[in-house]
Amino acid sequence: MSNVTLKVNGKAHTLDIDPSTPLLYILRNDLELRGPRFGCGLGQCGACTVIINGVATRSCITPVSTVKSEVITLEGIAKNGKLHPVQQAWIDEQVPQCGFCQNGQIMTAKALLDKNSNPTDTQIREAMAKTLCRCMTYYRVQLAIKRAAKAIASLGSNRSKEVVA
Amino acid sequence: MTAFTNIPKQVEEVLEKWNVTTSRRSFLKSSGLLVVSFTAAPLIPTASAQVPATAQAAGGPYPDPDFHQLDSWIVIHEDNTATFYVGKTDLGQGTGTSFRQMMSDELDIPFDKTTCIMGTTNLTVDQGGSGGSDAIQVDGWPMRRVAAEARRVLLDMASKRFGVPVDDLVVNDGVITVKADPTKKVTYGELIGSKKFNVTLTAANNNIDNTTGVAKVKPVQQLKMVGKSPQRYDIPPKVDGSLTWAVDVKLPGMVHARNVKPPVAGAKLVSIDESSVRNIPGLVKVVSKGNYVAVVCEREEHAIQAARQLKVNWEKPSTAAFPTSDDLFKFMRNATPTSKRQPNVVGNPDAALANAAKVVEAEYEMPFQGHTAISPAHALADPSNGQMTIYSNDMKSYGLRNGVAQFLEMPRDRVRVVWMDGPQAYGRTAADDAGFEAAFLAKEIGRPVRVQWMRKEETAWDTKGPAFTFKVRGALDAQGNLVALDFNARAADYNHLGYNEADTVLIAQLMGRRRSMPAPGNADIPSDMYAIPNRRMIAEVVSLPMIWETPLRTGNLRDPNGPQVTFAAESFIDEMAAAAEADPVQFRLKLLSAGTTDDSGFRRARSLAVVKTAAETFGWDTRPSPKRPGNGNILTGRGVAYTYRGQTVLTVIAEVEVNRKTGHVWVKRLVCAHDCGLVINPEALRRSIEGGMLHSLSRALYEEVKFDSEKVTSEDWITHPTLTHLDAPAKIDLLLVNGDPNPNRPDLPHYGAGEASLKPTIAAVANAIYDATGVRLRRVPFRDARVLEALKAAGV
Repeated sequence: MSNVTLKVNGKAHTLDIDPSTPLLYILRNDLELRGPRFGCGLGQCGACTVIINGVATRSCITPVSTVKSEVITLEGIAKNGKLHPVQQAWIDEQVPQCGFCQNGQIMTAKALLDKNSNPTDTQIREAMAKTLCRCMTYYRVQLAIKRAAKAIASLGSNRSKEVVA
Repeated sequence: MTAFTNIPKQVEEVLEKWNVTTSRRSFLKSSGLLVVSFTAAPLIPTASAQVPATAQAAGGPYPDPDFHQLDSWIVIHEDNTATFYVGKTDLGQGTGTSFRQMMSDELDIPFDKTTCIMGTTNLTVDQGGSGGSDAIQVDGWPMRRVAAEARRVLLDMASKRFGVPVDDLVVNDGVITVKADPTKKVTYGELIGSKKFNVTLTAANNNIDNTTGVAKVKPVQQLKMVGKSPQRYDIPPKVDGSLTWAVDVKLPGMVHARNVKPPVAGAKLVSIDESSVRNIPGLVKVVSKGNYVAVVCEREEHAIQAARQLKVNWEKPSTAAFPTSDDLFKFMRNATPTSKRQPNVVGNPDAALANAAKVVEAEYEMPFQGHTAISPAHALADPSNGQMTIYSNDMKSYGLRNGVAQFLEMPRDRVRVVWMDGPQAYGRTAADDAGFEAAFLAKEIGRPVRVQWMRKEETAWDTKGPAFTFKVRGALDAQGNLVALDFNARAADYNHLGYNEADTVLIAQLMGRRRSMPAPGNADIPSDMYAIPNRRMIAEVVSLPMIWETPLRTGNLRDPNGPQVTFAAESFIDEMAAAAEADPVQFRLKLLSAGTTDDSGFRRARSLAVVKTAAETFGWDTRPSPKRPGNGNILTGRGVAYTYRGQTVLTVIAEVEVNRKTGHVWVKRLVCAHDCGLVINPEALRRSIEGGMLHSLSRALYEEVKFDSEKVTSEDWITHPTLTHLDAPAKIDLLLVNGDPNPNRPDLPHYGAGEASLKPTIAAVANAIYDATGVRLRRVPFRDARVLEALKAAGV
């Protein structure tokens, strides 16, 4: 056991834990976060996805000792009480069935759109390929990503209009 | 001191969130339900609530809510909002939203002033939880009727208050007004808020499904929310991370458990070397009984580590538990059936086959397929104060309560199950098992225990949908009419597990509990409305060598037998159409048009409507299959399949691309015409149908449980591949059809939709592959290697 400091969703936490512990258990059991979830513990399904340094990362196979940057979880992507456009698109498109995997779908989609705000269908499929859903909401997830991309683009153009004005 | 455990704060927060303005706590303080349903003890003791000793002696803290009391179903609050208490669980198809639509319409209260509490055994009446696609079809009726009854009672109260007959009153959005004097008005909340209805309902045969008051339900034309698509209330908390799932519940003093499963099926526990885990921090206990072994630790990651590290000496059984997955179908074909349904015979199939112009024979095979939930099974059990509370996503929470009470030999009214959201529970999953394990361990340890299975455990040991073999023969007359069908289905389904039975859950089996008569299991015959004059349909069950403590234990998987049987039946109809050189849609329409004796629910007319609608929407070109394959690497084709489930009729058309070089199949487009009667929430229904089709597509293209002769070797997402984002169709068209001969009838019934769309999809894909390539695939799944091999063998 040793003291580990973790920054999660803007807040720093110091914890006395075994540094080899996968990040997921710390997020869920010590920091009381519910977004990232255990699906396989093998890095295969994506239910545990968080974003670190802009990269969608599988927290179930990430030892806490290797985390050097801020961890963003599903709880941390809404800003000023407003849902992230990806989350809003998920509601507008009514994506989830059971919803258990959707943390991984949303966080992986956000990481994709942060890098590529206007992905092609193929880019979406490939970026999302390893994020599994047993309710098979893939078709809706892809529609929602396109919807979110449009929303983000229109936010951007509004912002540039404001600047011009 | 309060005598009984509070619902965890997080759970209460969820309940409060669902409740528009009134918290559960204050509701319980003020509502009639408290008195009606919790005569022995309050659910959530308030600061001042003491449980009288006499009440404890008289009974446990969790008596069943009485479904004969209107107060058990509906509570109207002073602020003119309503809470509905229903005994169902929502697996993610939005049934909770639909229940609110149906009940708010009958009650005449705005939809957004209602909430719905589901599936918690001591809070909600026992409607059995979920199963059989019956939420809307069956359970929706008592919900509608009790809401209509509440409206009637409220109108009666207003009539007395204003001294005018009920006919002189009008009700709108929970406000009753005197027609002649609109200044005279009263809200539901003013009439009943904080008071009980005290109305006793009746239920023929004491069956909750028959629950009714005096009032009649409204004609369809007067329903306002039914048919609209309000967004599902459970989705926002699922996308912002605020929902508390069963997997999230934490209690003070809670410990974590992991199972140690036998390494091979039927292994006997010889000894455990507890010193092997002595170095694990916070080790609470190694628990074992019979062949059941678990470790319990203060922290979750340590429980995982301990389960991996624990040295257990097992003795392998002397004989093979089962044939290997490669030998399975041969084994099944040669086995002597353990049970056989009475053959369903019409006409004289043998004579018709003997005199046929053309006879076609085919055999089909469908492997074991798993639930493999995205989250492994889990549950938390709290044993405090002589009661047991289990937090679980088990879709049949009432059964779990009954089973655990029996298993632990506790009075039923000292056990409750709090149903919470969880990973998809499409049938009999290991959520059942985890609930029992948590309760057993909690009782052993005397502290709240959270159990979660690991991925490999889940994929290998969860219940399986039964494997099937089929032998089918069909006869055409000289005109190409299908005149005989001889259909034999055989399922490896002996000792099929029920739900939550104290002598069949895995922990009971591992502890050596055995029932004297294993469940006989089931096979099934096709569901179609085809007029085939001579038919013989046989459904048989066979057994694998090992029936107890086996990872090939069968349990219901989203329409237990429908996808398998419909794969064979609708593939074969396509084979007959090809033999008759007929267009597959026209061939089916002809069989449907000829008429059959059984036409309950106008199923024949509705069947014709869905086949025609699907074909029109798809842009079906009338021609026989297969089409002439082109020269390129990508071969395209389309296939159709039709069936019904209960009274829900549907047709699926798949358009495929088959890669001649790799064998890869992409289902580029799916069309589904679906008639489930009165539609409650069209958008939620569309997504439910879509999810069902894609689940079935995964079963068609990828899913197969593989095993050697002693263990399941499909144990994670690599060894058990499924559909992924790469496989999503480019286009899905869903047509919600109302094929009733009198589509506007005021009593149009609502049928089930949770599973129907799984049935025809596999056959539609197989038929499309045949259309594209001329190669008939009779063995599921259609993974690349198998397709490529078949194409090569056929010289395509």
